[in-house]
Amino acid sequence: MATGAGAVDFPNRPKGEPLLAAIGITKDFATIRANDDINFAIHPGEIHALLGENGAGKSTLVKILYGALQPTGGEIRWKGKPVAIANPAAARALGIGMVFQHFSLFDALTVAENIALALADPPPMNQLRARIEKVSAEYGLPLNPRSVVADLSVGERQRVEIVRCLLQEPQLIIMDEPTSVLTPQEADDLFVTLNRLVAEKKSVLYISHRLEEVKQICHHATILRHGKVVGECDPQQETAARLASLMVGAELRQLQAPAPASPSAPVRLAVDHLSLPRPHAFAIALDDVCLDVRGGEIVSIAGVAGNGQDELFDAISGETRAGTPGAVRIDGAECGRRGVNTRRRLNAAFVPEERLGHGAVPRMKLSSNVVLTRHATREGLVKSGVVNFTGAREVVDRVTQLFDVRKGSPDPEASALSGGNLQKFVVGREFDRKPGVLVVCQPTWGVDAGAATTIRQALIDLARQGAAVLVISQDLDEILEISDRVAVISKGRLSPPVDARGITREGIGLLMGGAHHGEGAAHAH
Amino acid sequence: MEGLEGPLLTIITASTPLLLAALGELVTERSGVLNLGVEGMMAVGAVCGFAAANLTGMPMLGVLAAILGGMVIAFLFGLLTLGLVTNQVASGLALTLFGLGLSALIGDAFVGVPGPGMPKLYIPGLSDIPLVGRIFFAQDFMTYLAWALVIAVWYFIFRTRGGLVLRAVGDNHVSAHALGYKVIRVRFLAVLFGGACAGLAGGYLSLVYTPQWTPNMTAGRGWIALALVVFAAWLPGRLVVGALLFGAVSYLALYLQGIGVGIPSQFLSMLPYLTTIVVLVVISRNRTLLRINTPACLGQSFVPDR
Repeated sequence: MATGAGAVDFPNRPKGEPLLAAIGITKDFATIRANDDINFAIHPGEIHALLGENGAGKSTLVKILYGALQPTGGEIRWKGKPVAIANPAAARALGIGMVFQHFSLFDALTVAENIALALADPPPMNQLRARIEKVSAEYGLPLNPRSVVADLSVGERQRVEIVRCLLQEPQLIIMDEPTSVLTPQEADDLFVTLNRLVAEKKSVLYISHRLEEVKQICHHATILRHGKVVGECDPQQETAARLASLMVGAELRQLQAPAPASPSAPVRLAVDHLSLPRPHAFAIALDDVCLDVRGGEIVSIAGVAGNGQDELFDAISGETRAGTPGAVRIDGAECGRRGVNTRRRLNAAFVPEERLGHGAVPRMKLSSNVVLTRHATREGLVKSGVVNFTGAREVVDRVTQLFDVRKGSPDPEASALSGGNLQKFVVGREFDRKPGVLVVCQPTWGVDAGAATTIRQALIDLARQGAAVLVISQDLDEILEISDRVAVISKGRLSPPVDARGITREGIGLLMGGAHHGEGAAHAH
Repeated sequence: MEGLEGPLLTIITASTPLLLAALGELVTERSGVLNLGVEGMMAVGAVCGFAAANLTGMPMLGVLAAILGGMVIAFLFGLLTLGLVTNQVASGLALTLFGLGLSALIGDAFVGVPGPGMPKLYIPGLSDIPLVGRIFFAQDFMTYLAWALVIAVWYFIFRTRGGLVLRAVGDNHVSAHALGYKVIRVRFLAVLFGGACAGLAGGYLSLVYTPQWTPNMTAGRGWIALALVVFAAWLPGRLVVGALLFGAVSYLALYLQGIGVGIPSQFLSMLPYLTTIVVLVVISRNRTLLRINTPACLGQSFVPDR
C-alpha cells in the first residue's frame, strides 16, 4: 500500500492517476433523479467502497459505469481520457468487469458455457475448460467447468461469477454486495482473493451494506445519499457507527432488546420429528427436524442457502403437508396435515423469502395483496365472500406508516415498489395481524440499514409481547443481534438450538459449514 | 420383409412435415418464445407453395414460396410479441386462426386443381437395394432436408456459439441482456427460423404428401408439432423418435380403417391426438429432464430497462 507525499487527506490511499473518474454523472428516470452530479475517482490498486442506503443510487451508478445504462449528463474518464461506455461489451473491452449482486448466471448451462458467454472471443471449449481450472486454482476459487450451474451452491455460483470476470482480465472489478450470501469462512476466502487482485495493481469497486467488512478491506469510501455524493472517507479511520450515520444522514437507532420470557413460557410453535422426502431433484430432504419456540422468544435458524431452509419453511407454513398431524403444532393444535389457511386461523403468520412472486403477487395492488394472506382468516376483510377493500386499504396505510414504506401512489401494484420497500410491506402486512406465531424467512434481505433496524425492532417487540418468532436467515449479524436461541440447518438436518448469548460469528460459521456432523472441512472445499 | 416396405415409406412420409415444423418451433422455444401459430404458418406455407408451383410449373419455386409464406406470418408474430410486447399465447392463437383463414382465401382458386408433384430422388444402384433402397435412397429431397436439418440444428444448438447464445437468451433473458446480448434480435431470428420451417412443412403437405390444395389441409399437424417439442424435451434427437412415433400411429389409424376393424373410423382418426395427450402426461413425470432442458423464460416477454 502506497504512503507518503501528496497524501494530504487520505494517507492509506494508493497514489497515481485515477484509473476511472466519474465527473458530474447525472441520471434522470421518468420522475426521479437517481444520480445527481456524482464525482468520484478510483485509483489503481485500491478497493473503493461505494456506500449508501437502498435507493441511494448505487445500482444506477454502477450500471452506468458498466454500460448497462446511459447517463443523462456528465462524463466518465478512463485513465484520464473521456470515454463513452455504450454497452457492457464496451465496458469489458476497456477492462471493466462486473460481479453481479443477483447472479447473472444461466442455470441450465455448464460453468464453462456460462463463462464462454461473457468472453468476447472465447477459445475452443476444451482450452477454455483448462483455463478455467488454472485461473480458479490460482485465485483459490476451485470450480469444475463441467458442472451445471443449477447444481451449484450459492458460494460456488459466486466463484463462477468471479472467475468469469477474471478471465476477461479486467483492471477494474465492480462487486455488488458480494458477501451477502456467503458464510463468514467463504467471505474470508473472498477477501484473500481481493487482496491478491490489489497486489496485482487491479482496482475493485466494492458495494456493501456490511460496514465492518468495508472497514476491514477497503482503502477508500464514497458515500451516496438520495443520489448525491455526501462524503468520502478512509473507512479504516472511521467507526462503523459513523459510516452508518453518514449513509442514513442521522444517527441509527440502537435496538432495544429486553430480556426474553422465562424458559417455562408455553411452547407456541413445535416441530416434532419432521421428515420429508425431497420434492424434486434440486431440493433437500428434511431429516428428523425438531424445534420448540416458546412465547416471548426469537429463535433463529442459520445456514448456507440451499440446505433445506425453503423446504422447512414450506413445511411449517403448510405449503407442503407433513407426514403426520403431530409433526407441526401451533399453540398445541396439531396441524401437520392442514393447509396454510388453517394455520393462519390459529393466529400464525408466515413471510416467505421471495417477496416478489411468493410473498406478493407482482401485478396486484398492495390492498389486494393484503387480502391474499387473510381472505380466510375471519378477520373481517372478507364477509360472505365479499371483499372489504376499504378495510384492506386501511391495512396498507397502517403498514405504510409503521414501516415507512415508500411508494409513488397510495395503492400501487406490488411490482412498482423497490425491493427494500416491498420487503417492508410483506413483513409489515403480517405484523399488522398481531400474530401469536410468526415465521419469517430473510426478514431484511436487500433492505437498508435504517429499515433493517425497524424490522428487527418490530420482531423483538412482537416476541416480547408474547409471540413465538422463528427467523430463518443467512445474515449472521442479524441473527446475533436479535436471537435468543440459534439453531443451524445443514443438509436438511437441524442442530439443537443453543443460547445466542456467548456464541460468536465464527462459532455459528463453523456450524453452518456442517461441522456438527464432523464434515466441515470436506464441505468447505 | 417385403410387406414392411410400404408401411415404413408411409410412416416416414407422414412424419416429415411434423419433424420440419417441430424443429422450427424447437429453435423458437429455445430462444424463450412460445409461438402457438405453427398451424397457421403451416397453412400459409402450404397454400403459397402450391400456388407458386402451380403458376410457374416449378416445384422448387413452390418450396421457396412455402418458406417465405411461413416467414411472413412469423415476422408478423415477431412484430407483435417482440416489438409491441403483446401476450405470446394470445398472439399465437390469433395467428393460427388468421393463417387458416388467409390460406383459404388465397387458395380459393386452387381447390381441386391437380398439383405438379415433386420428383423422387433416384440413385442408380443404391435405390435398387431391396427394402433398404427405397426407404433410404429414394425419398423426395425434402425428406433428406428434414433429416439433415435435425443434425444441423443439434450441432448449432449444442456445438456453436450462436447456439449457446440462443440457449442463454431462452434460459435467462435478464442476464443475457446484462452481458450485452441482443435478446430481441436473437428471438426475432429464432421466430423467423421457426416460420421458415413451418412454411416448409406446409409446403411438404401440398407439394409432396397430397399434391393438391384443400382448405384446412394441415389438419392439426401444427398442434402435434408443438406437442412434439415438449415430448422431445427440447432435444432435436428425441424429436426424430417422436415424429416417427406419430407417423406410425397415423399409419396405424389408416391401416386399421383399411382392413375394416370393427372400431368406428372416428375413433381411429382420434388415435394420433390421443397418443399426443398420453405421451405429454408420461413426459411430464420426468421432471429432472424437463427442468434442465425447458427454456426457463419460455413465453415471457422481455423489455430492456433503459
